[in-house]
Amino acid sequence: MGAQAPEGVMSARNIGDIVLKLDGVSLAFGGVKALTGVSFDVREHEIRAIIGPNGAGKSSMLNVINGVYTPQQGSITFRGETVTQMRPHHAAEMGIARTFQSLALFKGMTVLDNIMTGRNLKMRSNVWLQALRVGPTQKEELAQRAHVERIIDFLEIQAYRKTPVGRLPYGLQKRVDLGRALAMEPQVLLLDEPMAGMNMEEKQDMCRFVLDVNDEFGTTIVLIEHDMGVVMDISDRVVVLDYGKKIGDGTPDAVRNNQSVIDAYLGVAH
Amino acid sequence: MNLQRNWPVLALVLLLAAGLSAPLVTGASAVAFFLEVLLGGLMSGVLYALVALGFVLIFKASGVFNFAQGAMVLFAALALARMSEVMPLPVAFGIAVLIMIVFAWLVERLVLRHLVNQEGVVLLMATLGITYFLDGFGQTVWGADIYEIKLGLPKTPTIVLDNIFQGGILINVEDFVAACIAALLVICLAVFFQKTPTGRALRAVADDHQAAQSIGIPLNRIWVIVWSVAGFVALVAGMVWGAKLGVQFSISLIALKALPVVILGGLTSVPGAIIGGLIIGVGEKMAEVFLSPVMVKAFDLAGGGIENWFAYVLALAFLLVRPEGLFGEKHIDRV
Repeated sequence: MGAQAPEGVMSARNIGDIVLKLDGVSLAFGGVKALTGVSFDVREHEIRAIIGPNGAGKSSMLNVINGVYTPQQGSITFRGETVTQMRPHHAAEMGIARTFQSLALFKGMTVLDNIMTGRNLKMRSNVWLQALRVGPTQKEELAQRAHVERIIDFLEIQAYRKTPVGRLPYGLQKRVDLGRALAMEPQVLLLDEPMAGMNMEEKQDMCRFVLDVNDEFGTTIVLIEHDMGVVMDISDRVVVLDYGKKIGDGTPDAVRNNQSVIDAYLGVAH
Repeated sequence: MNLQRNWPVLALVLLLAAGLSAPLVTGASAVAFFLEVLLGGLMSGVLYALVALGFVLIFKASGVFNFAQGAMVLFAALALARMSEVMPLPVAFGIAVLIMIVFAWLVERLVLRHLVNQEGVVLLMATLGITYFLDGFGQTVWGADIYEIKLGLPKTPTIVLDNIFQGGILINVEDFVAACIAALLVICLAVFFQKTPTGRALRAVADDHQAAQSIGIPLNRIWVIVWSVAGFVALVAGMVWGAKLGVQFSISLIALKALPVVILGGLTSVPGAIIGGLIIGVGEKMAEVFLSPVMVKAFDLAGGGIENWFAYVLALAFLLVRPEGLFGEKHIDRV
C-alpha cells in the first residue's frame, strides 16, 4: 500500500538520478511572457509538484515538457538526451504520458476503449493485417487487453468498463484519464491539476491512486496542483512559479516557509 | 429510449409508415409496384450513403468538412474509366486505388499539415480549393468527355418474384449488384472502425486531437489513412455511378445530394450516413411517385420534380428540430 507520510514514502522508493531537466526555458505568446528562464529538474521515482497562483505558467510548463508548446529559449533533457523542443508524438514514444486539466477523453468511446488507446504505441501489427483481422493481430489485442484490465482493476473502475466515458461523473472521468496515461507504461507521468473540481472524497481517492502509482510502478510523477494542502502532503519536492518565473524550489516544508512564496500566494502590501 | 429526445425519429418513422400504407390501401396489385419503388429508392439511397460516408469519415477524423468529396468521386471515376480503356478493369481499379492514396498523401503533406488548429472555415475553404483544382486537373489529365465504365453486367431489367405477385417486380441487375457492393463496403468499414486498433485510433483522433497526440497517435499518418479510405470510398462510388450514368462532370454534383444525407444522419456517425442515405433515397422516390399525383389532384399543379427538392426540405426540417442529426453527437458546452 502507498505510504501515508511523506518521510516514509521517500525512504521506501529510493529516489534515483535526474531523469528530466529543464534549463532556462522561456516561452512567450506574442507579447505575453508565459515562462521566463525557468530551470528545474525531476529525479527518478519522485513526486514533483509545480504550484503557483492562477496564470503563473504551470500548464504552460507542462505543455513545454509534453511538446505541445515550443519554447523560444532553453532546453529539455530527458534521460540524457537534450533537445530544444519536444514533439507530442516523440514525447509519448520516449515514455512521457500526461493527463489533462479540462478533460480530453474520447467521449464517444467506452472506458475500455479509451484506456486501450493508451496501448497504441505498444501495438506492432500492421494496418493491413488489422484490416483483414489475420496474423498476430488478435493475439496481440488480447495481450494488450489483459494489461488494460489490470489498470482497470487498479483504478477500481471495473463496473464502468463498457460505459461511454461521456456518461460518467467527473471524478470517474478523471480516473479514466489517468488510466489512459498509465496504459502507456510511462517513465514520467505529467498530471495537470488531477484534483481540480473534485469534492473531498474524490480528492482523497485521487491522492491514493497517485501515491500508489508512484509506489507500485515506480513512475516518476510531475504534478500541477492548485490545492496547496494536497501538494504538501504527497509531493517530495515542489517548484513554485509566479508570473512565469520560478520563485521557489525545494521540499514542501522549505517552500512553505519561503517568504516570496508566501507573498505570491497571500499578496504583499506595497 | 427517451421518447422526448427521440420524437423527431418517431415522427419520421410515422411519416414513412403512412407513406408506405397509402399505396397499399388502393389495392393488392399495387404491392408489387410499391416494392419496386421501394427497391429503387433503397438502391439510390445506398449510393447516396457511399458519398455521404466519405464526408463523415473525414469529418470524424479531422473535423474538416471536406467539400472536395464530390470532386474526388469524379476524379476517381475518370481515372478508372480512362485506364479501363487500355487495361482490364481490375488492374485499372488497383491503379486507381494507388492514385487515391497518393492524392491523400499529397493533401496531408501540402494542405492539412500546415493548417493544424486552424478554424473550421479556413479548412473548408482549403477543401473548396481542392475541389476546383481536382475538377480542373481531372479534365486536364483524363479529358472532359463522357466516358464509360463497363462492369460487364446486363443492363436489361429482370423480373423477379412473378410467382408471388402478379406481373412480378422489375429490377435492374446492375443496380442490384451496385447496391450489394456498396453494402459490403459499408460493412467492412464499420468493422474496421469498431474492431481494429487502427480504427480505435481513428475514432480517438476524431474525438480529441490533443489527447490523441499525447498518447502517441501520429496525427499525420492517421490523416493519410483517413483520406485514403475516403478516396477509396469515392472510387467505389464513382465506379458505381459511372457505370450507371456514364462518367461526366455532373457526377461531382452528387456531392450536393450527400449534404442533406449527412445533415439527416449526423456528421459524425457512420451508421447515420448509411441510414440517412437510405431514408433520402427511399423518401424522394416515394415522394415523386406517390406524392406528386396527390399534389396534382389536390392543388391542380403540374406535379413532378419533387425528387429534386425533397431531400433538401427534409434536411431543412431536421436542422430546425434536430440540428445534430439522427445519430450525431449533441454538443453541450460547459458554461
